[in-house]
Amino acid sequence: MALAIEADGLVKTFGTDVRALDGVSFGVEEGTVLGLLGPNGAGKTTGVRVLTTTLVPDGGRATVNGHDVVAEADRVRESIGLAGQYAAVDENLTGRENLRMIGQLMHLSRRDSSRIADELLERFGLSEAAGRPSKTYSGGMRRRLDIAAALVHRPPVLFLDEPTTGLDPNSRNAVWALVEELVGIGTTVLLTTQYLEEADRLADRIVVVDRGTVIAEGTAAELKSSLGETVLDLGFADPEVAARAEGLFRGVWRSAPVREGTMVELNVDGGPSQVMQALRLIDDEGIAPTTMTLREPSLDDVFLSLTGHRTTTEDDLEEVR
Amino acid sequence: MTATATPTTDVLPAPATPLKRSKLMAAIGDAKVVTERNLIAYVRIPEALFFSTVQPVMFVLLFTYVFGGAIATPGMAYVDYLMPGIFVQTVMFGAVSTSIGLAEDLHKGLIERFRSLPMARSAVLAGRTSADTVRNVFVVIIITIVGYLVGFRVHTNFVAYLAAFGLLLLFAYALSWGFSIIGLSAPNSETAQLMSFPILFPLVFASTAFVPAATMPSWLQPFAEHQPVSVVVNATRALMEGGPTARWVIPALLWCAGLLVVLVPLAVRKYRHTT
Repeated sequence: MALAIEADGLVKTFGTDVRALDGVSFGVEEGTVLGLLGPNGAGKTTGVRVLTTTLVPDGGRATVNGHDVVAEADRVRESIGLAGQYAAVDENLTGRENLRMIGQLMHLSRRDSSRIADELLERFGLSEAAGRPSKTYSGGMRRRLDIAAALVHRPPVLFLDEPTTGLDPNSRNAVWALVEELVGIGTTVLLTTQYLEEADRLADRIVVVDRGTVIAEGTAAELKSSLGETVLDLGFADPEVAARAEGLFRGVWRSAPVREGTMVELNVDGGPSQVMQALRLIDDEGIAPTTMTLREPSLDDVFLSLTGHRTTTEDDLEEVR
Repeated sequence: MTATATPTTDVLPAPATPLKRSKLMAAIGDAKVVTERNLIAYVRIPEALFFSTVQPVMFVLLFTYVFGGAIATPGMAYVDYLMPGIFVQTVMFGAVSTSIGLAEDLHKGLIERFRSLPMARSAVLAGRTSADTVRNVFVVIIITIVGYLVGFRVHTNFVAYLAAFGLLLLFAYALSWGFSIIGLSAPNSETAQLMSFPILFPLVFASTAFVPAATMPSWLQPFAEHQPVSVVVNATRALMEGGPTARWVIPALLWCAGLLVVLVPLAVRKYRHTT
């Protein structure tokens, strides 16, 4: 299959020492969804901005829909839709005026722009609010308008930069359903997200970036299986006890235990005997867990083992607010 | 590769064919669309338009009734001397709204969207400066009316007044391009406003807008007599109140042309490179 998006060794530096992209390469096949995952500041948005021609890379090259993002920027712009992290709609314009404006800036006639605007408003459940300035819209409505604006010209390639950040579960589900429908009609989607659940549900392939480089790539299943089949979660009374338990587990098996607060995570591919061995180890020291769970690894675990931190840290939450 | 996979079902509206236009016509069309968008904002927030006329009205009253008595203007009533200065000051302070508007668009993510569209790179700036010119038409009319209420009279004729009006708009349009560079450089719209004043104040007040240059210290006089604001003020004054017009109007037009030639490419360059 042909690649709708191809990034080859992209480099982008800000100032003298911030390498937002440090040689990023990946490809997205036509009609598939790529999830670009990474913590805040990993380079996700910079990557999207280079691929959507709003930022010129310092090194490497990239094509979108077969066009070079630097040399054929206008061809690329005709083939893409971009819905941003911060809903970029004009607050003073009504929903209808916003979509008409985008249509006209896509060089469609006034009549076509109006028709498409009205159809999209209908499609996105915004018909009733179509005549109201968009600053009166709720967060979910604004995001829908933003995504509608990205679809005015039926782009073959769609970029969604954290499309569900800050949305309530209902709105989030609506965005997910929409993405699935768009893929159903052949749209290629590049999705950046901090929500692993989102990538798990939508993405055919996942690229994990951290500090401007690709640190893992594969399907959600591949990434998870790299971590083994089963994870044992043990909860303890307090962090100190948890730390002692972690110490006891360290060095016993191939995979290292991971502790977060009062929780200790352990891969137990050794099966029941390994679980029993683990419990015996702490029992001998007089430590008893307060909770115990056996589960499949999540993408969150993948992230933790790759980067040493969860996708959303307290700091990130501060920033989102 | 066959990258133009056309979706067939009706998840989305049927596509439309883009208009076939020359590059120039497309750029003009884009600028028109952005101008409309900015004008809609002015109509929808009339308070902003209203309050942008309050400051110049206060200046008219302040200079006419408070400072005016202390300023001697040989050959004409002070209010007639003052008003051309007020017109120029008003359109210059209005140009600050160009920088504020662009800074807002930039930081709200609208410019990011515009930059991802296949529209002319000049359109966002041309649309902003054009909308601000339309706004200036309204503001200059209001100030003319206020001037008449406090005793200002055009002593030439209506055609000359219109010529002065056109010169004011042209000068403001040229300045708007300069202020758009500030708007694209500022970290937010409040700072854009603050960054604009250190440029505006010396130009507006160390000029012949409110007092004759002869009353200033000798080291300041050469600047006050020849800087562009004074030249445009003197041209406006000559057109509205009489006196040798070509002596000032020609240099004023040259200044406007010069500013445009320098500022437009600089602003477009800044727009292209703003991240």
